[in-house]
Amino acid sequence: MFNSKAKMLQLTVTLTACAFLLIPTILSVMAGVTANYFQGISSGLTFKWVYKVWELYADSIFLSLWIAIACLFVTLIIGLPAAYGLARHPGWLSRLLEEFISLPLAVPGLALALALLQLYGSMKGFRVSWTFILVGHVLYTLPFMVRSILAVLAAMDLKTLEEGAASLGASPWQRFRDIVVPNAMPGILAGALTVVTLSIGEFNLTWMLHTPYLKTLPVGLADSYASMRLEIASAYTLVFFVLIVPLLMAMQWASARAQRIAQ
Amino acid sequence: MTLRLTNTAKTYPDGTRALLPTGLTVDTGEVVSLLGPSGCGKTTLLRIIAGLETPDAGGEIWFDEDNVTALPVERRNVGMVFQSYALFPNMSVRANIGYGLKMQRLPKPEIDARVHEVLDMCQLGDFSHRDIAALSGGQRQRVALARAIAPRPRVLLLDEPLSALDAALRETLRDELAILLRKFEITAIFVTHDQDEAMAIADRVAVMSQGRVAQSGTPEELYRNPQSAFVAGFVGNAMQLKGQIDGSALMLPGGVLPLQQDGTGQDVFVRAEDVLVDPTGPLSGQVESVTFLGTHYRVSIRGIMTDVLTSIFPGQNAPKPGDTVQISIKPEALMLLQQTGSAE
Amino acid sequence: MNNRNFVLACLTPLLIFSLAFLALPLVRLFLASGEGDAGWAIYLDILRKPRYLNTLVLTVLVSLATTFAALAISTTAGMFLSRNRFRGRGLLLSIMTLPLAFPGVVIGFLIILLGGRQGLINQITPGHVVFAYSVIGLFLGYLYFSIPRVLLTVMAAAEKLDPALEEAARTLGASPYRVVVDVIMPGLMPSLIAAGAIAFATAMGAFGTAFTLATNIDVLPMVIYTEFTLSANIAMASALSIVLGIVTWILLLIARSLSGTTVAAGG
Repeated sequence: MFNSKAKMLQLTVTLTACAFLLIPTILSVMAGVTANYFQGISSGLTFKWVYKVWELYADSIFLSLWIAIACLFVTLIIGLPAAYGLARHPGWLSRLLEEFISLPLAVPGLALALALLQLYGSMKGFRVSWTFILVGHVLYTLPFMVRSILAVLAAMDLKTLEEGAASLGASPWQRFRDIVVPNAMPGILAGALTVVTLSIGEFNLTWMLHTPYLKTLPVGLADSYASMRLEIASAYTLVFFVLIVPLLMAMQWASARAQRIAQ
Repeated sequence: MTLRLTNTAKTYPDGTRALLPTGLTVDTGEVVSLLGPSGCGKTTLLRIIAGLETPDAGGEIWFDEDNVTALPVERRNVGMVFQSYALFPNMSVRANIGYGLKMQRLPKPEIDARVHEVLDMCQLGDFSHRDIAALSGGQRQRVALARAIAPRPRVLLLDEPLSALDAALRETLRDELAILLRKFEITAIFVTHDQDEAMAIADRVAVMSQGRVAQSGTPEELYRNPQSAFVAGFVGNAMQLKGQIDGSALMLPGGVLPLQQDGTGQDVFVRAEDVLVDPTGPLSGQVESVTFLGTHYRVSIRGIMTDVLTSIFPGQNAPKPGDTVQISIKPEALMLLQQTGSAE
Repeated sequence: MNNRNFVLACLTPLLIFSLAFLALPLVRLFLASGEGDAGWAIYLDILRKPRYLNTLVLTVLVSLATTFAALAISTTAGMFLSRNRFRGRGLLLSIMTLPLAFPGVVIGFLIILLGGRQGLINQITPGHVVFAYSVIGLFLGYLYFSIPRVLLTVMAAAEKLDPALEEAARTLGASPYRVVVDVIMPGLMPSLIAAGAIAFATAMGAFGTAFTLATNIDVLPMVIYTEFTLSANIAMASALSIVLGIVTWILLLIARSLSGTTVAAGG
């Protein structure tokens, strides 16, 4: 910024931080495709650990995908109308409600999971079903969906657009369908990608809510870190990366786009 | 359609009285303008007619023989042009214009035909497939008008439809709008704070102030025959000549003016174009500033009354600041209005 | 249905869901914290019993260390990346934001690959260097987690700084150093405090990373977990959760009021 010496220092810090973040990721990818990590790359590259992971953990991967889709569905059903309601009714009550549903962003998942367990743990049918995990995921991701849509809705003159549609004969439902939803699309897309990305990676709540028969991908990861050989754990992590990195990139793209529109 | 409002008022939950009990009748095909400064209740009145605001209990709104007071906006069949146009950004020009027809569940061929007709009428044919974002301000304004008119509403309501445009465009579109409204042959109500706009477009102007209609009449009537100081001031910027009235003479610090009648208990107003620089005039004052405005000069003169008196000087050799000038005002140009007590 | 009712109907699913799965469970959690032998005095026990007090102190210390390290690194890198345009800048930025989507467990594993028994550092250095399961490993894990989040906040703020302010300071004769002190830092300060609060709060509550690394370290999330699962001390687990929740909530409230944004946190 001011002279080349200071600039070099900044560059060094930046590169060191990059190395710190990148090297373990590369190690993990390498370990996942190396025949024997102890001996190093010289032992040869192989996909056998990835196959092994597929054998052992395919169920957990599918469960995670399934829960992510279900979570997306539920957060849309609840979040889209809610964001619209909050946008149309700005005021302290809406602020309070928005603040309240955003609690799961701040309160650690562990605490939320304990709360859910203590209230619903005795309802056996619910406790052992995948919907129990789903509730945790919806709880955690819902504020992202609501805020993402709300930001886009708040940026446009929703009230006047709706009045325009009403003066042309559109009922409240028709206005919601024809005006609100299409114009909220960038926010919905960003919210949807965020929800799916976060749901697939969610561990804190899920670890407490899961049962031995219902393991999601991150729960399986923790399991493999504790009990499997390093190569399998790494291969599993590799599978996770392959799933999550494109989602993250799509999410960042969609969020940046929604933010541009919201300005 | 004849629109009739009786005893219509609006009080907001916080106690603000946006509109005092008001009656208004608009005849079939008449274009009426609601003119007034911001906060005078004109937009509230328009929104009550549209059904976007609910009037206080006791008010009634009639469209011909139908009492529509309790009908929500979507069932009143009104056409509305919003200040910001409120065009749907997710739809093309064509889809925006067709939206109201779609809501009426008309068959598709008929929608297409009607949209085509309106596009032609508003000279929008070339833009029909454009995105709203790709339109200029003037084009948007025409799309908003086309969209409002396409479902053949019973009444057309326009809320400051020209205020989002820049000054040059505003003047062109003002005349265009006046022509289009006549072409549609529709009952229309037009809200504006700009007197030129109101006069250019409307058959009748209702001047509003502080939640009530101060005076309603043709533009000429309002201009020539204002019935209150507010209307005189707001329509045509009349100035009050503040002085002592003694029978039919007005004594000003700068001289004495004869009145046409006994002015006791009246205030006297004059417009700048009637204040003439005239070497034989009875009033004398000192020129404070001179502004060249192309076709004429605006000359501010001090010393005739406490405030500055403005004169329009059409000739070539305008007086210079500091000059002492004689001023005359024809007795028939003076407007005598009943004193209201308040300064306004 | 009139418009008001329609809007209220839109909020109904949200109200039902958050009542059933957020409000009521939190009330239950709070009540459960008072149902132990100690009653409501359990909150005093947290401060009186060395085990819990030490846990609190350690958690706060590690979180503070994480916060300051993340702020120092991310502010430097963030200012560098937002003020310079060069080939590879996009790549560096991607690398530094990629970990946003990594849950804490995965980050714990990455630290093990770096500093575990089979880790890189142990292999390339002479002697036995294993730090993954110590406080240092935990600190590095939290740092890994926080760098991208702080970076994004700082960069967003840096982009919003009006360059004209810096130019104005220059024209008034300020040295580059004074520009940093008088213009840039004050401009960034709200965002830095916000980013610091986010980093601190996430470090306080990070369960996934602690779960993989801190089997022998008493940090708050691990103590809550063991109290609940191993000791079945539900009242204490609940009380600690409440305390933790309130602390992180207040911190993030401060963060949001200062920067207006919350970076998407991940597990």
